[in-house]
Amino acid sequence: MSARESAGARDQRADGNRESERRDQGTGNRGSGVRHVVLRGGRVLDPSQNLDAVGDLVVADDKVAAFETAAGASYGDDYELIDCSGLVVAPGFIDVHCHLREPGREDVETIATGARAAAVGGFTAVCAMPNTQPVTDNQAAVGFVLRQGQAANAARVHPIGAISLGQEGKSLAEFGEMVGAGAVAVSDDGRPVASAHLMRTALEYARTFGIPVADHCEEPTLAAGGAMNEGIVSARLGLKGIPAEAEEIMVIRDILLARRTGGHVHLCHMSTKGSIELIRWGKERGIRVTAEACPHHLSLTEDAVDGYNTNAKMNPPLRTAEDVAAVRDGVRDGTIDLVATDHAPHHYDEKEREFADAPNGIVGLETALAVVNTWLVKAGIIDLATLIDRMSVSPAATFNLPGGSLRRGSVADVTVFDATREWTVDPAKFVSKGRNSPYAGYTLLGRVMCTIVGGRIVHRATG
Amino acid sequence: MTTPLGKDLLALEPLTPEQIRLILDTAEPFKEISERAIKKVPALRGSTIVNLFFEASTRTRVSFEFAEKRLSADTVNVAASGSSVSKGETLVDTARNLEAMRIDMVVIRHSASGAAQFLAERIESNVINAGDGTHEHPTQGLLDLLTLRDRFGSLEGRRVCICGDVLHSRVARSNIWGLKKLGAVVGVCGPRSLLPNAIADLGVEVFDRIEAAIEWAEALNVLRLQLERMQAGYIPSLREYNRVFGVTRERLERAPRDLLILHPGPMNRGVEIDSDVADGPHSVILDQVTNGVAVRMAVLYLLAGGAPELADAAKGGSDR
Repeated sequence: MSARESAGARDQRADGNRESERRDQGTGNRGSGVRHVVLRGGRVLDPSQNLDAVGDLVVADDKVAAFETAAGASYGDDYELIDCSGLVVAPGFIDVHCHLREPGREDVETIATGARAAAVGGFTAVCAMPNTQPVTDNQAAVGFVLRQGQAANAARVHPIGAISLGQEGKSLAEFGEMVGAGAVAVSDDGRPVASAHLMRTALEYARTFGIPVADHCEEPTLAAGGAMNEGIVSARLGLKGIPAEAEEIMVIRDILLARRTGGHVHLCHMSTKGSIELIRWGKERGIRVTAEACPHHLSLTEDAVDGYNTNAKMNPPLRTAEDVAAVRDGVRDGTIDLVATDHAPHHYDEKEREFADAPNGIVGLETALAVVNTWLVKAGIIDLATLIDRMSVSPAATFNLPGGSLRRGSVADVTVFDATREWTVDPAKFVSKGRNSPYAGYTLLGRVMCTIVGGRIVHRATG
Repeated sequence: MTTPLGKDLLALEPLTPEQIRLILDTAEPFKEISERAIKKVPALRGSTIVNLFFEASTRTRVSFEFAEKRLSADTVNVAASGSSVSKGETLVDTARNLEAMRIDMVVIRHSASGAAQFLAERIESNVINAGDGTHEHPTQGLLDLLTLRDRFGSLEGRRVCICGDVLHSRVARSNIWGLKKLGAVVGVCGPRSLLPNAIADLGVEVFDRIEAAIEWAEALNVLRLQLERMQAGYIPSLREYNRVFGVTRERLERAPRDLLILHPGPMNRGVEIDSDVADGPHSVILDQVTNGVAVRMAVLYLLAGGAPELADAAKGGSDR
């Protein structure tokens, strides 16, 4: 934060830092006597109320209490003042798509480390995909994710339940009980829903409970064995390609099934120009389709795979420059509703191998803001308000989650970031256990300075 | 040690025309060694080379081994089966363990594209790619170039067509890059299901019909058709493949000129190539095999730091 804080605020921050070191033990209360927070003098940017003004955002307990534009307003002793001059104060980011690996692969991420990495990246809430081991396909498993998330005392963790039992694509999981236990959506992400009949039924059944069905669009027979985008680079490198059509065929299938059923289909990690055109087609017809794009599909092309870089391997794969431009345009005009990370930590040894054998996925929580800010805002494609909409307001609306607004009375989930701060990505410094980032060594623009969840400071940048 | 080729030979795509010509020129004097009664020169005496073959191979492994032995290197063959690899050891651990035994070079054959580069980036020894997945097989490409150059003198403007399963062929990729860099015009011919979708972007002519390719080309490099391709549904049957794409004497007899016939082996006689073509007067298939040893000697010699201009002298040395 700024060096201009009062000595008292510094003391309190030091107190807060000691607290954060103890977070592992499950303590999360701020230092004695401090109950409220004033984010002072920042540029408060909240697209949910078309607000863009400098002032103090006052957080009392777990709610947004006020927005004070009078300079030099004074607050009581029980308010912690955080100097936000020069910084952007935004409704907290929400990532509707990440893989926290617990239960099953606690060696590569736990819900606690993932939730803390999320907080570092400015996310006040994340949705955990159910492709865990065992699969999160029942109410007990959903409850486990929820409890681990609460214990993490960092970003909120919203469980997503599986569409099918064991994500095997055969029979529906018990959506009703999972929603009752806290699931906010269903998805078989990581695996395509190959059966159109199952997808249709899932959309209909999910509609009953008012939750979206998030689909990983991949026609399995076309994509089988593929390791990267099919094109000139795959031809050169001798790697089996995944054609754009493997995604697009499922995009249009899902849109048509949403039209048939009236269900809400949410299309995960859209990566091709054709997908953007198809979503636009669906939205023009009033079909309930929403879609997300990932920071890597907005910034990198298939060229990043050259040299067999396994940290540029994910599914769907990095595509062509034309695709990237189309997905960016989709984010700009709202065809793409929101940005989600598809944060997918893998063990170093799993990525340190032959390209075709390396697993898909990269970490993204701690670089998402900077990547979107660098490649979209700095490049003049979208403004900061649109970034905040796509990373906070829209995810909250799309998945019907708390947050996404700084209106008075809203839950106090707030992200403070410096849109002009440059930093160099060093995966060794990630809070996530994952180090598999294609941005290692990149100098990016935009740094999260403070993350507040339910009125509690869960992350503050040092230095 | 920096050599004119760099540390490794991983692919032909990154090489300059000058580097390719250097290898071919260096191979010339080495050809003669294999014709001697005592086929041995001391150029690599004291060097240790590991032939690390994760895929079954007879021709390439034997060719490398002869090249190494004729240069007096000490060689060890490691096959994937029966080694620690089959016990789950990773490629990088295998390599590091070999390197810890202070070896000088690794010749690697692997089923994964990029495996040779992966290894080269992680060990200090010179790495020679003896075929990685469906990526490249640079020494095969070089021996094809040498064989064509022997017959044509220069490759500049010569029309060479690569026939068959280009999609899965590392030989095809190395040939495309090598031929183009030496000024040849490259065609490919095969069923579209066995050509990369982006094939035209590689800067080659595409022929759907073998008859048209034969009419156009001055040399055909006929690729091996793997039986698995039929099982995986890329083509309906080997029988139809032969009828539509097979290089047969009847088809060649209708050509406006005699065509050189190359094949990287092993051949499926009666599938991609008929026996009377493979054994016919214009086949240079066995010349390819002979040249393979010379080209590999040249690559080993250059990567070991041998001076190109001394290659002629190196072969003159006797085994004292």
